[in-house]
Amino acid sequence: MSKEIRKNPLEVKLPRRSFMKGLALGLAGTAFPLKNADAFDWEPFLQKHFREMSDEEIKGVITRLEKEASLEWKKNISISAAKALPGVKFGYGLDLSRCIGCRRCVYACVEENNQSRTPQVQWITVLRFKKGEKWTDLENSDKDYNPKQVPEKGFFYMPVQCQQCENPPCVKACPTKATWKEPDGIVVVDYNWCIGCRYCMAACPYGARRFNWSKPNIPEKELNPETHYLGNRPRYKGVVEKCTFCIQRTRAGKYPACVEVCPVGARKFGNLLDPKSEIRYIIENKRVFRLKEDINTEPKFYYFFAT
Amino acid sequence: MITVLFKALGRTVIGDVRYYAWLAFLLVVIGLGANAYLQQLDRGLIITAMRDQVSWGLYISNFTFLVGVAAAAVLLVIPAYLYNFKPIKEIVLFGEMLAVTAIIMCILFIMVDLGQPMRVWHLLPLVGTMNFPSSLLAWDVIVLNGYLLINCVLVMYALCRFVQGKEYKLSLALPLILLSIPWAVSIHTVTAFLYNGFPARPFWNASILAPRFLASAFCSGPAIMIILLQVIRKVSKVEIDDKAISKIAELIAYTMGINLFLLGAEIFKEFYSGSIHKAPLEYLYFGLHGKTMLVPWMRTSLVLNLIAFVIFLIPKARENFFALNLGAVLVIIGVYIEKGMGLIVPGFIPDSLGGIYEYRPTMQEIIITAGIWAFGALFYTLFSKFIIPVYTGELTVKKTE
Amino acid sequence: MRRSEFLCAMAIAVIILILSLPNGAKAKEDVRDEPKNDIPKLFAPRARPTENFPCSKCHSYRAMDRSKRKLVEYHTGIELKHAEEQRWCYDCHDGDKLRLQNGQLVPFDKSYYLCGQCHGTIFRDWKAGVHGKRTGAWNGEKLYRLCVSCHDPHQPKFKPLEPKQPPMKSEDIK
Repeated sequence: MSKEIRKNPLEVKLPRRSFMKGLALGLAGTAFPLKNADAFDWEPFLQKHFREMSDEEIKGVITRLEKEASLEWKKNISISAAKALPGVKFGYGLDLSRCIGCRRCVYACVEENNQSRTPQVQWITVLRFKKGEKWTDLENSDKDYNPKQVPEKGFFYMPVQCQQCENPPCVKACPTKATWKEPDGIVVVDYNWCIGCRYCMAACPYGARRFNWSKPNIPEKELNPETHYLGNRPRYKGVVEKCTFCIQRTRAGKYPACVEVCPVGARKFGNLLDPKSEIRYIIENKRVFRLKEDINTEPKFYYFFAT
Repeated sequence: MITVLFKALGRTVIGDVRYYAWLAFLLVVIGLGANAYLQQLDRGLIITAMRDQVSWGLYISNFTFLVGVAAAAVLLVIPAYLYNFKPIKEIVLFGEMLAVTAIIMCILFIMVDLGQPMRVWHLLPLVGTMNFPSSLLAWDVIVLNGYLLINCVLVMYALCRFVQGKEYKLSLALPLILLSIPWAVSIHTVTAFLYNGFPARPFWNASILAPRFLASAFCSGPAIMIILLQVIRKVSKVEIDDKAISKIAELIAYTMGINLFLLGAEIFKEFYSGSIHKAPLEYLYFGLHGKTMLVPWMRTSLVLNLIAFVIFLIPKARENFFALNLGAVLVIIGVYIEKGMGLIVPGFIPDSLGGIYEYRPTMQEIIITAGIWAFGALFYTLFSKFIIPVYTGELTVKKTE
Repeated sequence: MRRSEFLCAMAIAVIILILSLPNGAKAKEDVRDEPKNDIPKLFAPRARPTENFPCSKCHSYRAMDRSKRKLVEYHTGIELKHAEEQRWCYDCHDGDKLRLQNGQLVPFDKSYYLCGQCHGTIFRDWKAGVHGKRTGAWNGEKLYRLCVSCHDPHQPKFKPLEPKQPPMKSEDIK
């Protein structure tokens, strides 16, 4: 082909070949690694879905993750993969006649579950309502209340967190099955599988899910090193997280952190399948209700009035 | 044939000053967008204004608008292929190219919206764990990529036939064309169902959502086509009959009428019933609890749509090219606002726990969005420059020998 | 004959009707069937009071004055705000023990019997593990606390607490 030089009003000589060469080089330049990337790590990239891994593979993945987390957070972090206990379905009870809105549950949860401090992530939201005004639509709620003392006269308080629905819309929505319901009823997220599309957040009727809009920051002193793969292990930027009923504690027979810290005993927890459990006693003897029951999500978080 | 295609490729970098200036402008915007995206990759989506309360924003708004544009290409296909309406038949190719460009832009908007874009392979069936048929997003991935494939095949087939100086064989193309019509309707229906399926968001959980999506898509897509066709007609040797453009304009009149009617139906239902679910619509048009950020935008969009509807309704106005282009621009802006920010954001306001967060896109979000639009424009420009000589018969196998 | 047949039929019908009524007695049976040993066993450790304890240190030799009055010599730090119109010290305290309504004496570490006299519904909930702060194991032995671990028996109303910080507004998260 003959070299065609096209003259244009700007009198710039731009041979077609040179233009094409320049374009090609420019595009090739963008293939160079970005400033933060090291040699590409294939193992984390190719990690399989948690439910598709055998116990051996899970052990291997956990060893790698523990090493990564310990390097990153400068603390020895242990990640458990404890399975659900048989014959267990967790249920939660919240006594609205007792909650004083002190928010100690919020901060106990933040510490126990390694939630980011900056940007701030809080799995539990405490809502305040004026007594006597309509509240089921939650539109009159206030989560920014900050009086000198609680409880305030004329108001009542209602904490909300993941309701661990039996019919979870978030699980239906997730395009990659990164979130699912475990046999003991806890809805969990595989933080290494989530692609961060936030469809589950749009689907959740209780505003329970949180997204890591940037890399989570936790002060080293406050990091809880006893973690669970599906629960409170340190998360990454760009993945979704939420309350897991303290899966690292409850699968070991302990109460969730929020239940233990509540100073007025407003929080109850137990095994719905055990007829002698506290939560069954509450359901059978108190007037329980659940939020937004009309949308049939079947939450396992029961609100009631003890007195 | 390969030589012809290479020659056509070469044509993409030959043009006059206006062409180079246009390309340079687009490349600059793409560069800025890419730079902003690198910042987003580094710091995370926190550089956007999206937060837990409003977890989808500008990117998904644009995605929704563009899926509509892609679906609307079918409006041109139906009369052309089915009724052999000759004036439109000639420009179907440009409509399908618009569809391809729009789908590529949609995919880009999704990619920039993901928190972990490297993990996007988790979405795929077989290698990943696609949550089909439960998740509507999985359906969307399938139908959008399928639509892209269909349109690419159709365009490439037409191209190959034109290169050889022949007409495309309807018998070969017809099955795919007939498939593309319900497929186009389905991509937008699936996208509508994506929002529709959740009682958590009562604003989206209305049965009228899917019809509204289709109606507004079938306004904006053809409006873009009207402008694009006039540009193509001006800068190249492609002949486009005025009748074709008028026909498209007439179609917009009907679809805009339906769009406005459906909006009216929504407004009646929510405000007359007066239940708590009227809150998002109240936020849009009147403000809620003192928060009025979107009110001027929505009212403007409504006015623009009404004016455009009147313009397209009157036959004399349709034939006047100034009024026609004004109407087309008004439709595009009106539907962009209504379907973009006026649909995604109010789904989250008030949020599930009754709070209100007014989402105001950050500069970086806007730059990344502009970058993707510039990329789409560049793609369409280069593609047109590539195809037009072949289409007009300037470059065919016969002529180069 | 017809009359007696008729009476017989009526009697049978009435008997059937009575038998088929929903048996309200069954629900009551549930309450009566509650096991007598439903008092919890595992208690959270509590520090024992050292001052003014045991009561018999002084009250074994002091004369008993049962007239209701405001105390000025000892126990002046205790202001009763708990049904103070209806009762005072000697209605619940007797020597080193607590006194129930029927005169029965219970030790301090079984003070729940005393509280449970008036607060029966709460006593019932507490025994089931549903009232009060909950710690321990949900599937094992639960840890209980005496009423007085959380409630001051003389001024049981909780003082208000200072709430922890409200969450950051979304606009402020950068």
